[in-house]
Amino acid sequence: MSKRLEDRIARQVAQIPRSGIRDFFELVQGRDDVISLGVGEPDFAAPWHIREAAIYALERGQTSYTSNLGLLSLRRSISRYIESHCGVAYDPAREVLVTVGVSEALDLACRALLDPGDEVIYHTPCYVSYSPSIVMAYGVAVSVETRVEDEFVLKAEDVAAAITPRTKMLMLNFPTNPTGAVEPVEELEKIAALAVEHDLIVITDEIYSELTYADEDQGQTPRAHVSIASMPGMRERTILLHGFSKAHAMTGFRLGYACAPQVLTEAMMKIHQYSMLCAPIMSQLAAVEALENGAPEVERMRRAYAQRRNLLLKRFGEMGMPCFPPGGAFYAFPDVRKFGLSSQDFALRLLEEESVAVVPGSAFGEAGEGCVRACYATGMDQLKIALERIGNFVSRLPS
Amino acid sequence: MEPLLELLQQNAKLTASELADRLGQDETSIAQRIAEMEREKVILGYHGVIDRDKAGNHNVAALIEVKLTPEREGGFDRLAERIARFDQVSSCYLMSGGYDLAVFVEGEDLREVARFVTEKLSTLDGVLSTATHFQLKVYKQSGFLAGAETEPERLAVTP
Ligand SMILES: Cc1ncc(COP(=O)(O)O)c(C=O)c1O
Repeated sequence: MSKRLEDRIARQVAQIPRSGIRDFFELVQGRDDVISLGVGEPDFAAPWHIREAAIYALERGQTSYTSNLGLLSLRRSISRYIESHCGVAYDPAREVLVTVGVSEALDLACRALLDPGDEVIYHTPCYVSYSPSIVMAYGVAVSVETRVEDEFVLKAEDVAAAITPRTKMLMLNFPTNPTGAVEPVEELEKIAALAVEHDLIVITDEIYSELTYADEDQGQTPRAHVSIASMPGMRERTILLHGFSKAHAMTGFRLGYACAPQVLTEAMMKIHQYSMLCAPIMSQLAAVEALENGAPEVERMRRAYAQRRNLLLKRFGEMGMPCFPPGGAFYAFPDVRKFGLSSQDFALRLLEEESVAVVPGSAFGEAGEGCVRACYATGMDQLKIALERIGNFVSRLPS
Repeated sequence: MEPLLELLQQNAKLTASELADRLGQDETSIAQRIAEMEREKVILGYHGVIDRDKAGNHNVAALIEVKLTPEREGGFDRLAERIARFDQVSSCYLMSGGYDLAVFVEGEDLREVARFVTEKLSTLDGVLSTATHFQLKVYKQSGFLAGAETEPERLAVTP
């Protein structure tokens, strides 16, 4: 008698629960009347000059493998960009690894650093891959909750309370998916000090770092991004992850990168070279174009998101939906508790009754319960209709 | 350029209230600012961008390169302003390079444009030469591609 196939799945994989996002996706799929605020990517196609660079690469027959680390020209561009954007210099020859999205970089970082039983602190609600990436690398995922009352700021004291002798790594993501929270610099400094004190490795996923808005709320010009990697004692213990999916609207190109001290990139590269070999060359060439000439388009898209964010926050205010002004990314994370529904039920009923998709906060960890994620990377016309429908929906709920 | 103007340049149909929503400002101050800019001719006007082929408008359009003799006072201004005033002229720019004025004209047919060039334009004192290029097909106009780009498909729910 052969074993059931279900019993052949590795324990490490079998124990990972189904993604709440996938469950919800299946409900939405096949309905064509739905306006979706449930996505996690820009509504813009990649800017034309970037698409054109990819086409040009194909026309010239650039269809080969590249160095395992990625094209040197791209690593040079990345190094220059990160130095100006994050204030940290990385050697393009040894300290930059080009990956298939931040997704792969995250997986590599976990696998390269974790031994079975090592604890990794991460903050929730968070991007859905964090805990599974840790678990699949045999680590122990230790969640630190952020709260709507704090506008989802990660409190250094909460991090401190979660640190044990087994803690090896701290995983950060600001601006945060799904909350849109941006960590205040003072708090980030305290967290950096903790990392130094307890000798932790920090993985910082800064994929949304170009998309911030808070300063404009005060009528100021946007402040420069502050990366934890630039803080005292941090460079030597930080893996900085970034990519092209969000700010450059290049999700389908599948391109990201990790910047870290050579010993760490080298260890990540060991896995990458055998499992992936290299990232696709046409995506890499398109990414060079994005970094060298893409800033105006990034700013154009950022301003479009800012306008949608303004509209969304205003309408939420008018309909009595509590929502803190998210400082970055393209998500709002309104608090739906006062309507007396779980985040799952709120999202389900909104979908059923008004054909608008938002993602239940619980899909991003227990700490997301009570909120829903509404993505405003959606065309203005659609967004307007969606907000009207949400307004109709909540006006029928007791509050 | 101020964000309000950028929005209007993309879509002049936005109402003051829609503009206010997008910019996070109040409707009255937006309306006032627009009125002010109209008065000051920062905003020259508004128009729809129309695909003439689809609209069944078979007018002809041409770009005329014009060389001029500059004048001691005001350079090209007097002549250029005079040319720009003709109804047939839709746009008129002073250019660097091989010629001086780029004059965009529209007429009902080839004969009308030809008549404008030979009778009105070439006969002006100070016009040294003209070269007329007829427009054959529109690919992009005032920032809009002719022929709709297909909407990229996105999954409805993603992480
Ligand atoms: C916080 C965060 N990190 C990483 C990713 C994955 O990015 P990539 O497309 O580079 O794999 C996402 C995508 O939604 C994200 O939100």
